[in-house]
Amino acid sequence: MTQASIPRKTLNLRQQEMRDGMWMLLPGILIIFIITLIPVLYTFVLSFTNTPLSNPRPQDFVGLANYLAFLKSQQFWQAIWRTFYFTVVSVGAELVLGLAIASLIHSRPPGWKFLRTSLIIPWAVPTIVNGALWRWIYNADYGALNGLLMSLGLITKYRAWLTEPATAMNLVIIADIWHSLPFVVLILQAALATIPVEMEAAAAVDGATAWQRFWLIRIPLLQPAILVALIIRTVEAFRVFDIIYVITQGGPAFGTVTISYLTYLESFSYGHLGSGSAMSFLISLFTLAMALIYIRLFYRPEVRA
Amino acid sequence: MLSKFRPVMVLLLAALLLSLVGCAPKAAADGPKTVKVLTMQQAGPTPEEMNEIVAKFNEANPNIKVEIEYVSYDALHDKIATAMATNPPSYDVVLVDDIWYAEFAKAGYLWDVTAKIDAQTKEKVFAAAWDITTVNGTTYGMPWLLDAKYFFYNEKILAEAGFSAPPKTWEELVEQSKVIKEKGLVEYPIAWSWGQAEAVICDYVALLFGNGGSLVDAEGKPAFNNEKGVQALAWMLQTIEDGISNPASVSYVEEDVRNVFSQGKAAFAVNWLYMYELANLNADESQITGQVKFGLMPAFAGSGVESATINGSMGFSVVDKSPNREAAWEYVKFLTSESIQKEYSAHLLPVWSGNYEGEALDSLTKLNEATPVTVPAFKAQFPFSHVRPKVPYYAEGSKALQLAIQEALTKLKTPQQALDDAAAKWVELQAK
Repeated sequence: MTQASIPRKTLNLRQQEMRDGMWMLLPGILIIFIITLIPVLYTFVLSFTNTPLSNPRPQDFVGLANYLAFLKSQQFWQAIWRTFYFTVVSVGAELVLGLAIASLIHSRPPGWKFLRTSLIIPWAVPTIVNGALWRWIYNADYGALNGLLMSLGLITKYRAWLTEPATAMNLVIIADIWHSLPFVVLILQAALATIPVEMEAAAAVDGATAWQRFWLIRIPLLQPAILVALIIRTVEAFRVFDIIYVITQGGPAFGTVTISYLTYLESFSYGHLGSGSAMSFLISLFTLAMALIYIRLFYRPEVRA
Repeated sequence: MLSKFRPVMVLLLAALLLSLVGCAPKAAADGPKTVKVLTMQQAGPTPEEMNEIVAKFNEANPNIKVEIEYVSYDALHDKIATAMATNPPSYDVVLVDDIWYAEFAKAGYLWDVTAKIDAQTKEKVFAAAWDITTVNGTTYGMPWLLDAKYFFYNEKILAEAGFSAPPKTWEELVEQSKVIKEKGLVEYPIAWSWGQAEAVICDYVALLFGNGGSLVDAEGKPAFNNEKGVQALAWMLQTIEDGISNPASVSYVEEDVRNVFSQGKAAFAVNWLYMYELANLNADESQITGQVKFGLMPAFAGSGVESATINGSMGFSVVDKSPNREAAWEYVKFLTSESIQKEYSAHLLPVWSGNYEGEALDSLTKLNEATPVTVPAFKAQFPFSHVRPKVPYYAEGSKALQLAIQEALTKLKTPQQALDDAAAKWVELQAK
């Protein structure tokens, strides 16, 4: 290397690596910018307009009118309430059942490998197929649910399942739990496998009951995994759309219209892209807020023994 | 060290940008053209028959490739609306329902074909059919499906109950149903499509007009919340409570009705014409072949109405922004032509009026197994069909009415309260 070199040579190794690293990241950043950030910003701009779907260029600015209209809309608040109900019941049940099943697999009962593998199947089924499946199961005249309950003697005649708003919502939730539970089990089971056996064994020697071992050792150590499952599933459940579209189309009497479904109706069925965008934005804000609350509540820097 | 990779990085980046630019649509070149069609797989010819029609079209037009995509009726409107937001749009030809023409015409989605329709075609197609595809004097497509909801009954069940004729009024239907129920022939004598979809509006319109009511008055203001409309809705609720209407109707659309009826689990059903061939002649689809008969759609006694039903007709239109409009129009003309419509009349009756008179009628009724029954049924029922209002806000107005009907059927609101709320929504939409 000669003395009379180009200025670039004056960069130290770290700076050089930084610069090359930037070049390598650039394509990725560009792609994220194009497929994520631009649409998000575009939606944000649209949310302040009365843009129709038939001509989706931002036009007819109305300021905060779309957002203010939601505050007054009964339909909007009902949808928000239904979405919270769906999310809390669905994610809550998945977490409790997921923990139970993961613990069961962890205790290595006979056939646990088969159990672990077959658990994946519902998760591998696409949501749309899952919805169609449950629509058939719930059918009042030729569905499997009526058939099962009849043969068990629990009902004396076929019942119409999807004709009462609250029941319909709970049945959609069951279909969603069936589909998403494997994901929670997988995460928790993987986390359980990393807990050293010695810790629970030592506690047992010291006289801790199974209950104490579960609550004082297993749960605290599982906390990061529970947090991950909780955040991912809450965000997913809050945006639920496809399973409802297939099973109930939002019926009966809007009883299963969640906020995402309402957004779909607003934007694509009614063609109000502006207010639809405002609704999508509110959904994003809600999910972001929930993720932040979770992290605040549960996330603690790892305590080293 | 890594800086020697920089040229590679720049190259990669350039390739990425180029590939993105490459995604931009290219102008259609000369030579073979592709016409993309969006339609539905409910009512009308089966996909196999649609492919045969394309093969025949290609004999005369080898340069036009036709690709057909099917969605369910309930997905069709939204699929068209979203596809139109791109340029060029994802489809060149779309199947449009009667009630969407006003909205799509206002949005500028459809190609004005008024000048492309010759006098002879204009003359030979039913005037009622042209009303479907025409908005404010401008024609936006060829009528294709001239349909109405029909009243079907299971002759065997009725005979076992001791009835030789189908009911003429809804009151008579209730009486017959009580006997059928008492004899244990079926649990719920009639199945309806009262799910939260356009289907429930269709059934409601039939009952509403059958009670002497209407959706809107002469000035276009909502009229469904008057006495007639409330009575019709209250009747729907009452039949569910009496176990005459299948309670699952509140979650059903047309295909569910067809399945229940085809399994022999209902004595009566209200559905589109396509159900006849599938339920009565197609043993793969039905357990009650040979038992299905048409009756004139009943009306309410004392309403002064003989019969009333819903007009659910559709047309094929060319997309205005399509780069292949001429080729697309050729295909639409072929698909809706008199000879093709006659050939495939098992699931769909022609829109060409000449077929229903004189010798042509004879030949039409002999075309296949279904037409000897469906053609007379059409001739008897279609004059009693009523269209829904052609307004640009129909999709939203209809959803409000669907909600109202379901709120009443699930007892969240009284029929009067529910319909008043929907009427208020219509007034609000009209004011926009």
